[in-house]
Amino acid sequence: MAETTQVPQAGPGEPSHGRRIFLIAIVLGIVADLLLWFVLGPHLPPGTMTNSAAENQRAIKLMAVMSAPVVVLVVTYFVYAMVVWRHREGDDEDGPPIHGNTRIQTSWIVGTTVVVLGLAVYGTAALWTANGAGAGEGPAPIFNPPGAKLTVAQQKAPWSPGQVLVVQVIGQQWRFTYRYPQFGSFETTELVLPVGTEVQFDVTSLDVIHSFWAYQLGVKADANPGVDNVAYAKPAQTGTFTVRCAELCGLWHGAMFNYGQVVTVSQFQTWASAKTIALASITRILNKCMPYNTTYDPTNFPANCRGRVLLQLGLTGSGGGFYNTGDPVQP
Amino acid sequence: MAIDTTPGTTHPGGGTPTGAASGRAWWARPGMHTAIVGAVIGYAFGHFLGNWIAVPGPNSPATYQQIGTADANDFAIVLGYVFLVLGWLIGLGVFTDPVRLMRGRRLSDAENGNGNGKGGLARYFRFTLDHKVVGVQYLVGMLVYFCTAGLFAMAIRTELLSPTHHVFSSSTYLEIVGEHGVMMMMLMTSVILGPFGNYLVPLMIGSKRVAYPRLEALSFWLTIPAYLILLSGIPLGGFHTGWTMYAPLSVQDTSGMDAPLFAFGLMGISLVLAGFNILITVICYRAPGMRWSRIPMFVWGLLGTSVLMTLAAPILVGGMYMALTDRTIQTAYFVDQLGGSSYLYQDVFWFFGHPEVYILALPGFGIVLELLPVFTRKPLFAYKVAAAGMIGVTLLSFFVWQHHLFDSGINPDMRPLFMLTTELISIPTGFIFLVGMGTLWKAKIRFTVPMLFCLAFFWNFLIGGISGVFVSDVPADTTEHGSFFVMAHFHYTIMGGLIFAFMAGCYYWLPKMMGIRLNQTLGKWHFWLMFLGFNSTFMPLFAVGLLGQPRRVFEYQANLQTLNDWVSVSAFVLGFSILIFVFNFVWSTVVVRERETANPWNSRGLEWQVPSPPPAHNFERVPVVLSGPYEYGVKDSPPVADLSPPTGVLTAAFSGPDHLVRSEA
Repeated sequence: MAETTQVPQAGPGEPSHGRRIFLIAIVLGIVADLLLWFVLGPHLPPGTMTNSAAENQRAIKLMAVMSAPVVVLVVTYFVYAMVVWRHREGDDEDGPPIHGNTRIQTSWIVGTTVVVLGLAVYGTAALWTANGAGAGEGPAPIFNPPGAKLTVAQQKAPWSPGQVLVVQVIGQQWRFTYRYPQFGSFETTELVLPVGTEVQFDVTSLDVIHSFWAYQLGVKADANPGVDNVAYAKPAQTGTFTVRCAELCGLWHGAMFNYGQVVTVSQFQTWASAKTIALASITRILNKCMPYNTTYDPTNFPANCRGRVLLQLGLTGSGGGFYNTGDPVQP
Repeated sequence: MAIDTTPGTTHPGGGTPTGAASGRAWWARPGMHTAIVGAVIGYAFGHFLGNWIAVPGPNSPATYQQIGTADANDFAIVLGYVFLVLGWLIGLGVFTDPVRLMRGRRLSDAENGNGNGKGGLARYFRFTLDHKVVGVQYLVGMLVYFCTAGLFAMAIRTELLSPTHHVFSSSTYLEIVGEHGVMMMMLMTSVILGPFGNYLVPLMIGSKRVAYPRLEALSFWLTIPAYLILLSGIPLGGFHTGWTMYAPLSVQDTSGMDAPLFAFGLMGISLVLAGFNILITVICYRAPGMRWSRIPMFVWGLLGTSVLMTLAAPILVGGMYMALTDRTIQTAYFVDQLGGSSYLYQDVFWFFGHPEVYILALPGFGIVLELLPVFTRKPLFAYKVAAAGMIGVTLLSFFVWQHHLFDSGINPDMRPLFMLTTELISIPTGFIFLVGMGTLWKAKIRFTVPMLFCLAFFWNFLIGGISGVFVSDVPADTTEHGSFFVMAHFHYTIMGGLIFAFMAGCYYWLPKMMGIRLNQTLGKWHFWLMFLGFNSTFMPLFAVGLLGQPRRVFEYQANLQTLNDWVSVSAFVLGFSILIFVFNFVWSTVVVRERETANPWNSRGLEWQVPSPPPAHNFERVPVVLSGPYEYGVKDSPPVADLSPPTGVLTAAFSGPDHLVRSEA
């Protein structure tokens, strides 16, 4: 599409210039595109660990393949112009008085418009097919996988393999904690996901804005206080992934990261039930004082809970809420 | 009568640098030194007032029990800033003339020029109303601000040399990041409109003056307190929010946070004043014959910029004001638990913030399209498409702001719409490339220093624009948002676009503004080091971002160290190239002072048809514009303007149906 824009660059006068530029550009453009698609493309971030990541990668790859010919053409044109149409010593004449060319202008405008509209349609379609492509969709997502769990009651119903797994990501200065409402709402600093399962991240914050960026999962969702920001991803491979905070959230923003695991479904079930048992006493207090919800208000902590939590868990709270900067559930 | 065709008549505010000197001694007349005294007194008074109101004490009505110590009293600090600005302006003599007028006194010619004395350096340190003085003040000011913010960038790259060894603490690092970001984003908004816009727009449209010389001068004199207040954040504890100053974090931060919020709001006021002045000047002060189809591209660019400044900056002022009241008098606009919303801040901030990035792009478009015809010796290709591109960018830039919030969860259903509007804006941006490429067609390109910067602009903006398409797509943006990819993208458009165009403007117009030629050899060294250093700095950052390094971190993955080190070393080269420029600037304008011919580029621009530097009233008589500014190589083209039209010609010009008829006095 980008090339068709350029055909009329042949322009009036000596058409050989335009044809030469176009030929050089089309050859280089095709070479660049082939390299981008087949050589670099499969290695483009963020990989294909989940369907969302694959969608991100496909979008980046497609943009690269669309852009490369445009870049090649513009650069070819500029280099050609600088070499061929440079000022020669002793030539004090002005250039030819060309004020415009309707055909070229029209084709350029039509060409760029078609490309741009095509990109917008593609981007929207990709959001649709990949359940939002891993981006945070707010509390009422419209791009959902079947079986999405959008109410607290749905989220707390026990999980069985094949269902959508709900993981609540709680951002706080300066770490993420993860709460699994389908397993008695235990809360941990470990993020473990089963492979081949649609995962729904419910991202929220207790203090300032964070951004939950699970790099290899292709998931990025801002953690806003008082907001449940939903994002989806379906892991396709097992392995380790990195979680970083992608929104400046204060002094230790740069150190706010951890690693997550995608494991087999049975390994996940083993891990989850082990955690449920190991954290049972803490979870009991947590569910009394901070019952699972889509968002939390750390300034409105129940008064009768404060003493118990402080005594038994050492949960003092940053910025007026729950936590100290140590591990919130294993102090 | 509104149009003045007789020589020597002074307008109030038309600038009379040669007016009679006031009878008082130099130190007793208002100037920068009295302004500093006023600012110090003002801050002390405001701080005292704030403490008296807010801190409980024996003589105080305070009920703000939560404020423990006077030093941590944000209310006192902000009131201090308010009275600092007031004292600064009073000391500068901004209110002297209006007060005189209110007391029924007429302003003498000297007072219209505000006691500028007989030219000389002193007028550059006073509240001078001549747009050419304001332009030079802006130029020097902007260079100082740019270099200050650039030094912060050098510090950032020093810290990022190693993923684990630290030069700065995390707190200091974030302070530096914040100072760099805020200073660049708030002060560089005026880097072209301030110096070149104020200086050249009246000359380019054939006017003897600007519409609002007092507002124009005020817009400059507000940048200095904005700069100093922003820096005052460091001794107050710094701020750790980056330039976006997202709300729950900025409400939580220590006293240093008041500084950027106040300074940015103050700069917002400066932007409104500067933009409004240029806007009205272009609309109402064009010489006869300066039709919309003959306006130089630079003026078109600034027209768009002015519209954006005038309409977008008030939103910024409002947002900063709300954040300050959240921090001082316990409002809760942005505090979720008290019914506010962090989204509100993001929305308000980016509703200004996105037009702002086009405030940073349009003047650059204007400069390169202005210079291309001169150095290709050809008419501008498709003038109307170029103007349409500027207008299109201006209008569309108000409808894209939520692409900064794609992953935030605000209004997710609107993402396809904002994806569309964002991608649409690449159409008018593409016009600029069409015009640039068309102008190069069969040209006779002269590789002067300004032309080199213009050509580099196209390369940089191509990369910046194309990477912008990447981040406009929601699925791709999911990986890129908040990473160094975005950071590289906007440095390509702002540094690679705006600052390269600014440099082109410096080399091109300094002979006009000062009558002095910058050293061209140093200029070429500056260009090549800056171009290579810039690309070598920011190109790898696209990869760094895609490989997973978020912005504003002081620790990063160990496997990214090689790339980061490469970037840091390149950044130092880039910094060195700016040093060459500063040296060249000082060396050429202060030490060597090599006179330049009146029109060294052989340009048809109206500004080049008057002597360099231009006389006090620009034109002896209001010129009559006869043809467009880019008619190079057109055989029978008339000269661009008649600089001494016969007396009757204006009446004839005004009676024509094509022209704006102005009311007779």
